[in-house]
Amino acid sequence: MVNEVNIDPKSRADMPTTSYSKPVIGATGKTGSWRTFTPQIDYDECSRCRTCWLHCPEAVISLDEDGTPHIDLDYCKGCACCAEVCPKKCIAMIREGFDEEESV
Amino acid sequence: MKTQLMSANYAAARAVMSARVEVVAAYPITPATTVPEQIALLHETGQWPGQFILVESEHSAMFACIGASSTGARTFTATSSNGLLLMDEALHWATAARLPIVLANINRSVSPSWNIHVTHDDSMSKATTGWIQFYVSSVDEFYHTIIQAFKLAEDERVLMPVMVNADGFVLSHTLSTYDYLEPEEVDKFLPPYKAPHWVMDPKNPVSHGNIVFPEHYMEFRYAMHEGTHNALKVYEEVEREYKKLFGKYFGGPIDCYKCDDAEVVFTSQGSVAAEAKDAIDELREEGYKVGNARMRMIRPFPVDRIRELGSRVKGFASLDRSVSYGYGGPVANDIRATMYNTKHRPIIKSYIGGLGGRDMTVSDIKEVILDTVKAVELGETGPEETWHDLR
Repeated sequence: MVNEVNIDPKSRADMPTTSYSKPVIGATGKTGSWRTFTPQIDYDECSRCRTCWLHCPEAVISLDEDGTPHIDLDYCKGCACCAEVCPKKCIAMIREGFDEEESV
Repeated sequence: MKTQLMSANYAAARAVMSARVEVVAAYPITPATTVPEQIALLHETGQWPGQFILVESEHSAMFACIGASSTGARTFTATSSNGLLLMDEALHWATAARLPIVLANINRSVSPSWNIHVTHDDSMSKATTGWIQFYVSSVDEFYHTIIQAFKLAEDERVLMPVMVNADGFVLSHTLSTYDYLEPEEVDKFLPPYKAPHWVMDPKNPVSHGNIVFPEHYMEFRYAMHEGTHNALKVYEEVEREYKKLFGKYFGGPIDCYKCDDAEVVFTSQGSVAAEAKDAIDELREEGYKVGNARMRMIRPFPVDRIRELGSRVKGFASLDRSVSYGYGGPVANDIRATMYNTKHRPIIKSYIGGLGGRDMTVSDIKEVILDTVKAVELGETGPEETWHDLR
């Protein structure tokens, strides 16, 4: 069983002697579902400075070659670190389930 | 092999050299004895080439050991009394993470009341963590048991950490001869540690200490229990090989002396157990059929050996240098529990004595044994426990 992780063992025989895991994407499901606020980047204002990419604690921001950031909303937990560090203040945090029309 | 004159502290530091330990993390201030200090000196003078990590507490010391051992390094630390107690959370972590760390614990009284002499309360309170526990009676036994401990801990049938206990002051701060082995000699016995496949390695990243839900948690705990339990059988093999290579044998989990025809057997842990041989010799001369069972290993508990011994005797005089506050001595209690499920039920008397380093001399031990001899003659167990020399 070297280097293979069985995430649903039926008995002790299928288990290692201590718990460990291999890094995989979304081992415990899409953690984006935990999110209350969703980041929304204003690409007209964005200067492609990569500060958000550098600070994202979940490493869910990817960059195009020119530095344009894209947030993977499947795994973004909505912590707002990106919005906080953005020098242009062009990342808005929008409450899940509301859009501008509804909030009026 | 060459004979040297040293304290148990200094000999333990030499065991680190002999066993080619790779990482030591320790907090070298009271209540720790001079074991870490000596290791630091051996490191500074180039005699021990490993990594010495100075930390800010015993809690950090054990967690640094956990980190080092997780990467597959042979790892050691030493502490005492309240230092061991501060490690508590990490002691549990080490067993569940199945890390073969070896810890030399110099048994010192837990404060308050503060005192640097021997009481076994520190390690006895850790008996349910999963750590395999040895108690030794001499500097020589301490040194060699530490080396053996690595072989035992690293065996894939065990993969559990080992605590080797030595009495504070009596062994730690008095000099005695022991037989030192060069690392090249120990190589024949102890190959480099080959870590299991979940070892921490940046080339093959895994995460340790994961969340485990009720569906699987119990099975991991059973595996730990099995690992510690297997140590009894594996230690037999370890001792056999050690004896063959170096001519050293300390008596298995229970070192019996004149027990074959004994009617009353005295059990104890640590240095008192060596002293007791003289008491047995004197009592034999006086016509008493008595023997000495020196408890070297208390976790896993040597159930079969105790039952085998218990099937032949009329009484156990079981001395603990420790108390399970509220009920008896910890090892006496285990002996009582072990013998309950057998047909032959000898009288088992629990004695508490020698706390805080109070001397347990040959005459004290004789008094304890004769008290049990009397109970056997009367056929009455008497009090649940007896505090010897309680003023």
